[in-house]
Amino acid sequence: MMTCREVVDFLMDYLSGSLAAAERREFERHLEACPPCVSFLKTYERTVALGKEAFSEPDSSAQKVPGELVKAILAAKRKR
Amino acid sequence: MSGSSILEERERNLLQRLRAGEDRAYEELVREHGGRLLAVARRFLANDEDAQDALQEAFLSAFRSIDRFEGNSQLGTWLHRIVVNASLMKLRTRKRHRETGLDDLLPRFLDDGHHAEPATDWRLESPSEAERKETGALVRKCIERLPPMYRTVLLLRDIEELSTEETARHLEVTPNAVKVRLHRARQALRGLLDPYFRGGAA
Repeated sequence: MMTCREVVDFLMDYLSGSLAAAERREFERHLEACPPCVSFLKTYERTVALGKEAFSEPDSSAQKVPGELVKAILAAKRKR
Repeated sequence: MSGSSILEERERNLLQRLRAGEDRAYEELVREHGGRLLAVARRFLANDEDAQDALQEAFLSAFRSIDRFEGNSQLGTWLHRIVVNASLMKLRTRKRHRETGLDDLLPRFLDDGHHAEPATDWRLESPSEAERKETGALVRKCIERLPPMYRTVLLLRDIEELSTEETARHLEVTPNAVKVRLHRARQALRGLLDPYFRGGAA
């Protein structure tokens, strides 16, 4: 039987569908018997989704470009 | 005229003026896109000074190649790509920091392969707009805390949505190294977020 450590190691391949059929079956058999690994899988997936959401709104982390920087960029352009 | 074609018209006009070398057009481009692009550079680079340098390099590079911009994509998308490249270049010139602290964020196991600290579900209520904003800020802060080589892979794969192969080419590592780092980065980010969402508390 696959251990929790192995389940965590194989997790990304499992989620991306690149785990071989035999390993996939082993993986799923472990999940059926192990609530902590199910929780780990769910929170791992949620983490990836939260990462995407955190940057999904165009202005989510935007700042105004400092006036000094605008000047510096335009000055550097003229120099080159 | 629809909203989007007004924008397209504006962009075409700006592009013409840029190609004609009009100074005001360059300034407009920087002011219009600079803030958003600075935020993109800031994701990859640990401090404002480096992010500002990367932004400057990116704009200079864009100015030089404005004639080659084909207009298949929007200016904003094109600039976004240039800023990501400039940020990665900048990151490469930075001394490699010792990659510390990641192991503490990865799950730990007992000798028999069981979880040392079994994971529990996270609370998943539908958040209000304010909570969503707050969560977004928290997640960005946690991503910022990841060591650079892991943060970079996570940003390129999960946020910029580059393929494993493209990411490997950008970072000059093997595709397998990208996969290993991405998996570790996600686990570490999960470890950082866990205290905030664990078991329905807070």
